[in-house]
Amino acid sequence: MATRTRLRVPSVKSTSHSWALASDTRLITPVVEHIVGMCHAAGFSPRHCGLNVPVAVTEALANAMQQGNGGDMTRQVTVSVQVSPERLVVEVTDEGAGFELAECERTPDHSDWLEREDGRGIFLMRQLMDRVENCCFDAGHLLRLILHRV
Amino acid sequence: MSFSLERTDDVLIVTVDGQLVVTNRQEFKQAILDAVEDGVRVVVADFSTSGYIDSSGLGALVSLSRRLRETGGDLRLVGLNDDLRSLFELTRLDALFPLYATRADALGAR
Repeated sequence: MATRTRLRVPSVKSTSHSWALASDTRLITPVVEHIVGMCHAAGFSPRHCGLNVPVAVTEALANAMQQGNGGDMTRQVTVSVQVSPERLVVEVTDEGAGFELAECERTPDHSDWLEREDGRGIFLMRQLMDRVENCCFDAGHLLRLILHRV
Repeated sequence: MSFSLERTDDVLIVTVDGQLVVTNRQEFKQAILDAVEDGVRVVVADFSTSGYIDSSGLGALVSLSRRLRETGGDLRLVGLNDDLRSLFELTRLDALFPLYATRADALGAR
């Protein structure tokens, strides 16, 4: 009688992590690399791990520190990340007044797109993530990035 | 990220090692601006050993390209992997920068 060997596929569990950071952009890269490592372990694609996640998360953190908190190192940014085999969710909060995401519609169709030094961060997050959401609350502003693994 | 500079006459080759992002874009930009002030007219930025680039890094490249064009020069990009090439296509900045596979190709375009 033929016997069937069952392949054992290692199960990938959901993982989460959080950070509370001063508004110092030098702190961004280690956090980004940690999140990329979590995504890699959860089976996200090389493209996700090499482009989508590091660029979008760097944008979110830089935006929170520089725009939200105005570069004031005494103001805090918190990062909360959940990674599952289905999706990545990153929440970044700052102590600023926030902004209207719907009004940040700068795209390559704008006439000065090829000349401006700034103004591409929100566009990149929207292009590289499946969903970008934000909300304002009493103590600040929250930006949420969502990327599905498949 | 670190970068190294090799100058021959008015050509500067910049090798970018690691990511070009918000934390280091100013140092990168200033080093090249200083070289342009000192007579460099063609800058070849080699990203063969580079990681990702964020909007700040892209902005620095846009600004440097504008400055070089003002002097009659050129900023040429070399060695973009598939992810970086996608980033330039996504942002349509591939229309601004001449992209080359190798340094020889970029230098041969003079």
